[in-house]
Amino acid sequence: MESPRDSRTAEQIRKSRNRVLALSLAAFVVLVFFISIAKMS
Amino acid sequence: MKQALPPAPSASGRGDCRQPPSAPGVPLPADWRDLFALTKPRVMSLVIFTGLCGLIAAPERIHPVLAFTAILCIAMGAGGAAALNQWWEADLDAGMKRTAGRPLPQGRLDRTTARDFAGLLCAGSVFLMGFAIGWLAAAILAVSIVYYAVVYTIWLKPRTPQNIVIGGGAGAFPPLIGWVAATGHVTLMPVVLFAIIFFWTPPHFWALALFVKSDYAKVGIPMMPVVAGEKSTRRQILAYAVLLLPLSVLPWWLPGKEHAGAVYGIAALVLSSLFLAMAIRVAVRERTGPEDRMKPEKQLFAYSVIYLFALFAALVVDRFIVI
Repeated sequence: MESPRDSRTAEQIRKSRNRVLALSLAAFVVLVFFISIAKMS
Repeated sequence: MKQALPPAPSASGRGDCRQPPSAPGVPLPADWRDLFALTKPRVMSLVIFTGLCGLIAAPERIHPVLAFTAILCIAMGAGGAAALNQWWEADLDAGMKRTAGRPLPQGRLDRTTARDFAGLLCAGSVFLMGFAIGWLAAAILAVSIVYYAVVYTIWLKPRTPQNIVIGGGAGAFPPLIGWVAATGHVTLMPVVLFAIIFFWTPPHFWALALFVKSDYAKVGIPMMPVVAGEKSTRRQILAYAVLLLPLSVLPWWLPGKEHAGAVYGIAALVLSSLFLAMAIRVAVRERTGPEDRMKPEKQLFAYSVIYLFALFAALVVDRFIVI
């Protein structure tokens, strides 16, 4: 069974990973936008 | 906070998960830091730098956003190939002191996650390069990934002591990709830049292999010092260092508009002469015994990294300075 301490650790890891994933996706969207502008100019 | 966990036991040796001692069967999720470590960030920095230098040294200019995207794709491709390498070699890495602390041998990451992450990076880098920059650059990037992950890691490395000579080609692609991203075509200059890294790789890697020889011998990888012996490896380090001297100066003497100037030429001459002097020092000595700290070999390895950084930096500086 998962102990409360392990569950906290798992939660922290998941949170920080999701934050990095969200930032990466946002950065990708911004990059695609700027690539489109650059290709059109 | 990141937690160091022991490797999870597995009958198959593949598909292990990160598991805390108190909770068998309940894997912890992959930490982004471990995923990042899979991309071998230190190696990637050299790849990014040489790719950037190839892009800047090219005679044509591209939009800064596209230049950034090209370098990002090179970094993603290199990171993906490195992650594939670690995924494939996790068992070997566990047996070597130098690599035992990596996320997979430590059991901090499961292999399926590592493989999927690597695949995503490789495929993403090639498609982004193709759509944003051009399909020739994307094709060369794809070849470099397959070259490193399949030709070198899976095929050559466990089979032949020439693994690093032929496999060295994988690390030589970035300036070529950078150049092609900027110009859209392959010419003589980026091929010479490719050749410089190709001939630099054996002395760089064999200097390392000399002082971690026992690690490679333990896991059965036929590195040159393990198979051919130290004496032969030292001689071959010297041979490649001799070849590297004229080759590194070659961009100065190339015909046409692409050639490098005197700033690069003089820098290449000085840097390569020093490289040769250090290689001679390694070539003429013998290991004095188990207590030998292999200082000249470690110095050659450290200098070889500085050498490549400095040589490509000189190429870029040369583009902006007219004598």
